[in-house]
Amino acid sequence: MISIHDLHVYYGGIHALRGVSLSVSKGQIVSLIGANGAGKSTTLRSIMTLEKPRSGQIIYKDKDITQTKTTELVKDGLILVPEGRHVFTNLTVEENLILGAYARKDAKAVNEDMQWVYELFPRLKERSRQRAGTMSGGEQQMLAVGRALMSAPELLLMDEPSLGLAPLIVRDIFNIIKKISERGVTILLIEQNAKVALEISDYAYVMETGNIVLEGRGKELLNDENVKKAYLGA
Amino acid sequence: MIDKKNIIRLGLILLVLAVLTILNNTMGKYEIRILNLAGIYIILGLSLNVINGFTGLFSLGHAGFMAIGAYTSSLLTMSVIQKESNFFVEPIVPWLANVQIGFLPALLFGGILAAVLGAMIAAPILKLTDDYLAIATLGFSEIIRVIFTNTQSLTNGALGIKGLTRYTTVHYTWGIAILTILFMFSLRKSSYGKALMAIREDQTAAEAMGINLFKHKLLAFTIGSFFAGIGGGLLAHLMGTIDPLMFRFLLTFNVLLIVVLGGIGSISGTVISAIVVTIMLEWLRFLDGVIDLGFMTIQGIPGLRMVLFSLLLMVVIIFKQNGLMGRDEITIDSLGGFFARFRKKEA
Repeated sequence: MISIHDLHVYYGGIHALRGVSLSVSKGQIVSLIGANGAGKSTTLRSIMTLEKPRSGQIIYKDKDITQTKTTELVKDGLILVPEGRHVFTNLTVEENLILGAYARKDAKAVNEDMQWVYELFPRLKERSRQRAGTMSGGEQQMLAVGRALMSAPELLLMDEPSLGLAPLIVRDIFNIIKKISERGVTILLIEQNAKVALEISDYAYVMETGNIVLEGRGKELLNDENVKKAYLGA
Repeated sequence: MIDKKNIIRLGLILLVLAVLTILNNTMGKYEIRILNLAGIYIILGLSLNVINGFTGLFSLGHAGFMAIGAYTSSLLTMSVIQKESNFFVEPIVPWLANVQIGFLPALLFGGILAAVLGAMIAAPILKLTDDYLAIATLGFSEIIRVIFTNTQSLTNGALGIKGLTRYTTVHYTWGIAILTILFMFSLRKSSYGKALMAIREDQTAAEAMGINLFKHKLLAFTIGSFFAGIGGGLLAHLMGTIDPLMFRFLLTFNVLLIVVLGGIGSISGTVISAIVVTIMLEWLRFLDGVIDLGFMTIQGIPGLRMVLFSLLLMVVIIFKQNGLMGRDEITIDSLGGFFARFRKKEA
């Protein structure tokens, strides 16, 4: 589905990504774990071409998308759920969802997806006329995910979906991620909460200071001594 | 589309038109002038509201776009004789000397030229945000003013243009104001309008949604400048006189004040505050004259009205930070809810 080859990104003089390579196959859930500042968000933002890499290649559906505009990528089924939710706080839940489908023209399919999102998150349906900013953090995260689903994604990029949420709600969110995956959406997600992420992942990469230092199947990494020490607190 | 809401909307518009006709026929010249000003300020307020309110771009260049509209429409409606008597220092450029078109097309022309120049000015500076954008737009507005002061054969420079035919009537100002209001409501409902608001709320997320930031910001600027140009043209043909000094920052400030007081981003708030501010600015004039309190008389201090007005402004901003309406709108639904509550109380 997507593969990244030797990606280098700089923020001014700071070398943020130092040759990252990874790949995600269709239908998989792949997670990217690592400490703060390891370059996880930068990797996702680069895929969406929100950051301009200095060198390296990003191949999505057999095309080099390094120079493609974000707008075009969204139309082509690539979408990012940004870190920290970023819902449109002064707009209603429904308006947020409609904006998620901004790049789409097929009104009927959009409507069906809206029903699906409401099915997935009954909470959002109850609050469809409410302003997004007045909802709890967990509900806002659900809205952010729902909004992304409205763009009919083929590859969903999620930046820390569990950030700042209570453990119980984190479980909810991850159950929903599984459900989305079962519908055929490929998922690449970043997570600080390594344990939950690895449990549902088919494959995972561990990042440190701009490099991939370890990779493997989710279950394998869960039992890896180094990962345990560094990220699982065991 | 004939549904209940549209009928109510149509009814409301007819009601407003009826009230305006009655006012237009019964009021004196001075009151009608204020009524006209209120209509113009509605257009101007709403046009700034697209840029500053919907899209959240802090622009301070409105007076510049108004100047373009005012000058363009004036130069197009003036007769050959009017032009000759105005341009006595330097004759007017030949290609403009013999042009005269009707008021409405002239207004439209002014709006379009303002929109084109607005887009051209906005394109290179839209990467800027917040205060930087404010400074850049303010600068452009001043540049326009300075250019107009120095192009003697085109704008008559610092002398300004005098003796314009006063085409502006209540029909024009309020007719266009109502059209502007309808346009703004439909823009707000459209996917373009939603995209503009998404940009205001969160640029990162908007971009990740596939909204083209540059295109939409440019669109907001173009729409805003267009209506500013129309408003400028109406103002010119109400005053009968224009000169570059009229389009200083103070004019932008007045419009900005209306938008902020009404609630940045709210259409109904902007409309209400445009009317209130225009009337207040006139009504408070009594403060500038001699005030007889019965036991003592206060000699008039010119400018006292602005002091009081500023104080009122501060009070509003302190106690109602989001302006009159915040980001809410008065809609048919909310009106219905309001009256329903009212009826319950009575029962």
